[in-house]
Amino acid sequence: MSDVAARPAPNFLANGWIKAGLILAAIVATAILGARLDTSGTLYKIFIDPFEQMASAPDLLVQTVWEGLVSGVLYALIALGFVLIFKASGVFNFAQGIMVVFSALTLVGLHEKGVPAWLAVILTLGVMFVLAVAIERVVLRPLVNQPDIILFMATFGITYFLIGLGESVFGGNPKQMIADQLWLPKGAVDLKILGGLVSLQKIDIAAAIIASVMIAVLALFFQYTRIGRALRAVADSHKAALSVGISLNQIWVIVWFTAGIVALITGIMWGARSDVSFALEIVALKALPVLILGGFTSIPGAIIGGLIIGIGEKLGEFYWGPLIGGGIESWLAYFIALGFLLFRPQGLFGDKIIERI
Amino acid sequence: MKTSHLMKTAALGALLAAGTFAAPAFAQDSIYFANNAYRTGPFAGSGIPIGDGMRDYITMINERDGGVGGVRIVYEECETGYDTKKSIECYEQAKAKNTIVYSPWSTGATLAAIPRAHIDKIPILSMAYGLSASADGTSFPWVFIPPFTYWDGASLMVKHMAAELGGMDKLKGKKLGLIHLDAPFGKEPIPVLENLAKKYGFELKIYPVAAADMQNQGSLWLSIRRDRPDYLYNQGWGAMNPTAVKEAIKNNFPINKLVGVWWAGGDDDARAGGPEAKGYKSLNLNAAGTNFPAIQDIQKYVVEKGKSLAPKEKVGENLYNRGVYNSMLVVEAMRNAQKLTGKKVITAEDMRRGLESLNITEARLKEIGMEGFATPTTISCTDHSGHSKAYVAEWDGTKWTKPGEWLEPLKEEVRPLIEANAKDYTDKAGNWPKRVEPCEKSS
Repeated sequence: MSDVAARPAPNFLANGWIKAGLILAAIVATAILGARLDTSGTLYKIFIDPFEQMASAPDLLVQTVWEGLVSGVLYALIALGFVLIFKASGVFNFAQGIMVVFSALTLVGLHEKGVPAWLAVILTLGVMFVLAVAIERVVLRPLVNQPDIILFMATFGITYFLIGLGESVFGGNPKQMIADQLWLPKGAVDLKILGGLVSLQKIDIAAAIIASVMIAVLALFFQYTRIGRALRAVADSHKAALSVGISLNQIWVIVWFTAGIVALITGIMWGARSDVSFALEIVALKALPVLILGGFTSIPGAIIGGLIIGIGEKLGEFYWGPLIGGGIESWLAYFIALGFLLFRPQGLFGDKIIERI
Repeated sequence: MKTSHLMKTAALGALLAAGTFAAPAFAQDSIYFANNAYRTGPFAGSGIPIGDGMRDYITMINERDGGVGGVRIVYEECETGYDTKKSIECYEQAKAKNTIVYSPWSTGATLAAIPRAHIDKIPILSMAYGLSASADGTSFPWVFIPPFTYWDGASLMVKHMAAELGGMDKLKGKKLGLIHLDAPFGKEPIPVLENLAKKYGFELKIYPVAAADMQNQGSLWLSIRRDRPDYLYNQGWGAMNPTAVKEAIKNNFPINKLVGVWWAGGDDDARAGGPEAKGYKSLNLNAAGTNFPAIQDIQKYVVEKGKSLAPKEKVGENLYNRGVYNSMLVVEAMRNAQKLTGKKVITAEDMRRGLESLNITEARLKEIGMEGFATPTTISCTDHSGHSKAYVAEWDGTKWTKPGEWLEPLKEEVRPLIEANAKDYTDKAGNWPKRVEPCEKSS
């Protein structure tokens, strides 16, 4: 039971980090020594060459970090959708990915039917609300008090239902995101710095700002409002929350609706960078390493985790990817997350679970 | 109670009667053709127009001519979602229903079907996709890969690059980048490009895109910015293509130096880039547009009668016409098989013979209303591909155009590789069946 969870002892934490640091330092030191001896060898390519590249072309480094930052903020946003639902109902919401696709398709589909863009946004939010209510009524309520794994499997059911519904209503054809109509900027800002050119896409800047604002609003909402407190109570213990008169059903509708809003914003942003199709579903799974890293229950964890994964995978792909033929991004994210897990099994900000046996 | 029971019995009886009367008529005068499709999943954007084109041409042949040689084609789609596992189920279903040809519609599905088809004696038609080495008819009597292979495509890309630079000798010191989907399909062109890079002295840079990162190509394009390749060849599919076009524009890569494989030539792929995508190129094997009698017949007999799944404005788009081309090959091979065997209702083994001696001439293309739609293609006993010509299509901002001539692939480079690779494949497979099927006199 999580209500008997003790706070981790600070000295344990410190020990963990010191151990990690020492091991890492030892590896790096040996490697650099090795690399110095042979400038054409693999060690040199791993430990020296990438840093030389960073120093010789700092503009590309800035660009890479920027790309990582934008992806990181977007990953954080997706991860937040998962965290909210995990906190409230203790399940990993497998349907988050398809909710991204479904909301974006609804938005574009409504606009195709002649609904003005912003009205379409409002209507889409309405659809996501109806969806949240329906999920609570039809899926969650009958499953109260069932083991978590049952609820988890139910989110698979929701996924396949939404795939089928989405395909029969909107078809499988890819659609263009209505970025212009939503006043999303186009083009790029070119900065001449560090002897090179750093090009910031306006859509990326907008994405970073909107996602950051969204994350901040959600964090504040769940930290300081009555509903937020109720959510945290539910997260701690369903039974205790019920006993003080918190409506579990209402909280579930709210978190699923919030996850729906997050899905819509994610859908708009990723849709504008590519197109709106069922392929977007995969993007949501990018949040998995973020969650492993940040902890499933922590909002700051989702944010920091998102940024670490985003920047880490882009730097890794750009500077170290070519060593093994590139395309390492997709598994590197998990690698980074697992690296952290070795030293903090509950994730960066996750609750340490101590159970009495 | 009594009446309702009576009615139930009557209804059941009627159903049974209808079944017994309808079934034999259906079985005798039709040829069954199963086609894999993916109208769902991450690759549906490319799969839908192709499926529509294939379906509509067959429907048109049934509606206009009453089928092939008077025999109707029963056409069925099996949904794979571009998933190789599902494609195997589709293969088993197609086999159980005695399809005369298996149409895998994915390189992964083709690779999975090749060993099975040689035992089950079902011809595979992988039109301009699949295992390049299967162009060797001696080793792969049951696999057909017209009008050319991915290796021909790779050689055409090099040829196109050389033509723009002013000759094969100008390739020296240049840099060609290959962006590819990290899947069997995407990796196909690598061996040929590596060979040609060595021979002509250009540098080859390879940029794989994992399926999970199809829409998340940021770091890949940063690498492209760093490496500054002179040309990029995009062996992409599905949502990867519109993303690549958008990223090229975003990263100021000259869009006219980005050339897609023929599967990266969807109208939606190019359209995603907006007006700046003008000049994006793609290798092509069929013409786009509706200005061909065959396509106009589809409009007349299928689309206008409401028998098509495609929206009217999508008819004639590049990938739609690609599907039409594939069905045309199937229909022509059926016709050829009927001619060879003298039978009306052909079997899979007859179809194999029909495919192996398929000769689509300029005159034949004209007869079937496809003059200028594609180039002539000849398949023979040893050459199951034809290594036919392709052209470099260009996006003009609203549609695909054909600015240049049809180009011949570097067959002399590709063919030895195909034979060597086919031998390699059959050796590794262990007891690969030796070809026992006799060659046709004409091929």
